[in-house]
Amino acid sequence: MTMPYYVAPEQVMKDRAEYAQKGIARGRSLVASTYDLGIVIVADNPSRSLHKISEIYDRIAFAGVGKYNEFDQLRVSGIRHADTKGYAYSREDVEARSLANLYAQYLGQVFTHEMKPLEVEILVAELGTELRPPQLYHIAYEGTITDEDRFAVLGGETEAIVAALDRAWSPTWSLQESLQAAVGALAGPDHALGAADLEVAVLAEGNGRRAFRRLVDDELTALLA
Amino acid sequence: MTLPLFSTTEDPGPDFAGLMRRLRVPAHPLLAAPGTAPSEGFRHGTTVVALRYADGVVMAGDRRATEGHAIAHRAMEKVFPADRYSAVAIAGAAGPAVEMVRLFQTQLEHYEKVEGVVLSLEGKATQLGQMVREHLPMAMQGLAVVPLFAGYDLSRRTGRIFTYDVTGGHYEESEYNATGSGGRDARTTIKLGYRDALDREAAVELAIQSLYEAADEDSATGGPDLIRGIYPLVATVTADGFVAVPEDEVAERFAVLIERRRTEGRQP
Repeated sequence: MTMPYYVAPEQVMKDRAEYAQKGIARGRSLVASTYDLGIVIVADNPSRSLHKISEIYDRIAFAGVGKYNEFDQLRVSGIRHADTKGYAYSREDVEARSLANLYAQYLGQVFTHEMKPLEVEILVAELGTELRPPQLYHIAYEGTITDEDRFAVLGGETEAIVAALDRAWSPTWSLQESLQAAVGALAGPDHALGAADLEVAVLAEGNGRRAFRRLVDDELTALLA
Repeated sequence: MTLPLFSTTEDPGPDFAGLMRRLRVPAHPLLAAPGTAPSEGFRHGTTVVALRYADGVVMAGDRRATEGHAIAHRAMEKVFPADRYSAVAIAGAAGPAVEMVRLFQTQLEHYEKVEGVVLSLEGKATQLGQMVREHLPMAMQGLAVVPLFAGYDLSRRTGRIFTYDVTGGHYEESEYNATGSGGRDARTTIKLGYRDALDREAAVELAIQSLYEAADEDSATGGPDLIRGIYPLVATVTADGFVAVPEDEVAERFAVLIERRRTEGRQP
């Protein structure tokens, strides 16, 4: 019998992290930003049916980058978690923090125990109330969770986007201002992104109980102009 | 709670009731011993109506819940939005009926979120039928729930109404229907005033009249409660979605109705 080669745990983790990062970097980035009346999420995604952004619950949205089948499975399980919780207790008991923690635990567990880490980065966004500010929970492939109250950038190469938004971000931004800044940062100095290249959704007051709404077609074109 | 993840072969898909079964949350608790009918000790709701009109459908329901011969609740709600373009109204055992509505509402929203598209109106009606059918063991013990489902069909651009029996059978109605203990009186009233393509005014008026007559004949149906200011719930579902008729408007219509009868010297 041959003994398997010894591989240091540090090396195993490093290899897995590299593998996941490579997978995520192959895809395109995504930006979420708060504005005066809500949260806008912008993805560089030309597909009209394979969404990166979607609704989880009344005031909670989900966004993912990386491998589509992997983050879509996480999206569906988030909807299931929220709907069963709201059904078992009450709609107001469903909140993003506990869902973000569950995602973080799951991603962390897969990263350390499974053969292959998930090649995803996800965002759980929750519209604020009078008592709480809006929250953006950014969860990385290995389960690291960070909460932002200004903006979040998901994807492989995000430094330039983060720097651009960090300079420009303002708490008084309107929807149009935040959307244009997000699109500008996503596109970078050498490119331009039009309505056909983007998937955009908002969590906003005034949409009724379900705050999630997609911005499409003419409405999006008008806001980008 | 943990993240509800399933292997691809075990996945319940967009079915919320199926998900609840997988997670072993009892959505419809069945009574243990069959054969004993609990005829008293639970609340009962009655008389809901739906009728089609030019822009969609009108749905209305009285507010009374009874427990045996006693009035259990004076302001119960029996007309609910099922989702943006449909409404569900309930008659029968109040506890399971309200629970069924909650499950139905969650199911429609769950499907929409998981699949990214809204179920067709026909699909929603079938879903509700399945829930009524699963409830059959309880119905056999006297806890029947008979819903009325109506909505605006966005693909056909028309209002549609579906009625149910306790076995879960669902039937499309071309004009109007009413269910519950005062349903017969309500139906007759609507029948006498119904015309094709009524406008909103006339349709809401007819729904209000039908509940008024039902309350007049049926002890389990509540009429307008002028002293407490409790009035039947009326809602419309059109291309603009589910809209509740404001309580002020309903109160005003009842006041006019009563005043007219008094001046005409009619009974009551």
